[in-house]
Amino acid sequence: MQMNTSPLYRRRQRTNLIGLTLSMGAMALGLVALLWILFVLFSNGLAALDVSLFTKDTPAPGSEGGGLRNAIVGSLMIVGLAVLVSTPIGILAGIYLTEYGDSSKTAEFTRFVTDIMLSAPSIVLGLFVYAIAVATVGNFSGYAGSLALSLIAIPVVMRTTENMLRLVPGSLREAAFALGAPRWKVATMVSLRAARSGVITGLLLAVARISGETAPLLFTALNNQFFSTNMDAPMANLPVVIFQFAMSPYDNWIDLAWGGALLITLAVLVLNILARVFFREKVRT
Amino acid sequence: MNAIATAPAAPAAAASQKNALEVRNLNFFYGKFQGLKNVTMDVAERKVTAFIGPSGCGKSTLLRTLNRMYSLYPGQRAEGEINFYGQNILDPKQDLNLLRARIGMVFQKPTPFPMTIYDNISFGVKLYEDLGKSDMDDRVEWALTKAALWNEVKDKLGQNGMSLSGGQQQRLCIARSVAVKPSILLLDEPTSALDPISTGKVEELVHELKSDYTIAIVTHNMQQAARCSDYTAYMYLGELIEFGATEQIFFKPTKTETEDYITGRFG
Repeated sequence: MQMNTSPLYRRRQRTNLIGLTLSMGAMALGLVALLWILFVLFSNGLAALDVSLFTKDTPAPGSEGGGLRNAIVGSLMIVGLAVLVSTPIGILAGIYLTEYGDSSKTAEFTRFVTDIMLSAPSIVLGLFVYAIAVATVGNFSGYAGSLALSLIAIPVVMRTTENMLRLVPGSLREAAFALGAPRWKVATMVSLRAARSGVITGLLLAVARISGETAPLLFTALNNQFFSTNMDAPMANLPVVIFQFAMSPYDNWIDLAWGGALLITLAVLVLNILARVFFREKVRT
Repeated sequence: MNAIATAPAAPAAAASQKNALEVRNLNFFYGKFQGLKNVTMDVAERKVTAFIGPSGCGKSTLLRTLNRMYSLYPGQRAEGEINFYGQNILDPKQDLNLLRARIGMVFQKPTPFPMTIYDNISFGVKLYEDLGKSDMDDRVEWALTKAALWNEVKDKLGQNGMSLSGGQQQRLCIARSVAVKPSILLLDEPTSALDPISTGKVEELVHELKSDYTIAIVTHNMQQAARCSDYTAYMYLGELIEFGATEQIFFKPTKTETEDYITGRFG
């Protein structure tokens, strides 16, 4: 039987080529979509990118120029507080699920609830926080905004921490137990340490996720035309400003909306790249 | 509990052979499956006792009852008595962490912690002792010297433990266990994952360590058992078939099953 030119071989070659073309075509489609988004963002937003973006506050309707200073600072503060709150809660919960609870009923129930919250629409979470933290006190606030973002971030951090801890081999834990270490020390000084890079990656991805969430902030932090660092009152933030400015009739507002969108995209891009680089380096050593 | 806390780390030489561990009528269960059937034997103080037998015979299971390692897993339980210098360690009120500080274990797969070499050693010591910096430095050096690793790592104590070779990692694990000065060292197939040169080094180590520590070693390598141990226990399907001095087991076994295994007719 000839090895190179038999009809069977040629048929296999053809099938291989078709499969390869189809999968590369699908990949190209996805890439084109992403690159198109980035292109539109950059071409529209670049015009708004100059120093005044960071030095001037959002302009009043009808006035000229302006920047996004108050929105940038507001976003940093709201997201910052949310990260501060959700990191310890998420990591400790993840440690509980892996090192202590494992297959107990409490742990299974916690995982079930976490999965629901992971897929809960963010607008629902925003409404919930509105009901308990805004309507009750009588005013919108940065704190309520951080609370809503934390409710989104905690399940994400919890899940990634648990998954990363599960990757740590049981033999490593046994070696620590064999020295007489109590469970909490094995969990923190050995397991968590071994899973360190993966957990941090999960954190970075959670931050990237909540940086762009708009719906929850609509009902909690609302917006503020002026510069303010008072978290007990409505605070400016990038997503809501974009929402407000994008569909307005004012040119400078529309420009600023594109600028804000570009800023958020760049931040998310940088966070994702950092997460990837960080994780790969740690895995190699 | 007091017997555990004051059990001598390096007991004085006794005129007659004393037992560090006495196993009496030990039965072990993985859920419904019985892994050990009515095992009774002694682990002599400051001698090397080897457990040999074909795969699945229960030798690792037996070793892991000696430091209550199985207690980490809810489905596993043991019945019977294991007396550690007179204290029954199968007592449910036994402080497991304290027990494991007195009975150390080295595993088949080298498992350095994700820390520096120095921290790997000091981790166990810091659990139960409060040493100043220079005392800790001395202890680390002492442990690494005992494990014949000091010369190779003395200039890189700050490096990650995982950057060492396989044989070095295993010696690091031995140094880690030795550093806390336990009474007994349990070695679960410590050289299975190592090359012949490293294996030789570890066997030399075992020979040196036995003057200060009681050692129990599980091995599927019969020649290793014959080389290293003073007493040997041959196990099969969860039962202790024969136990005695190594020379006797290897040259004049009393049971035919033992003889069949030793001579390679089976297993």
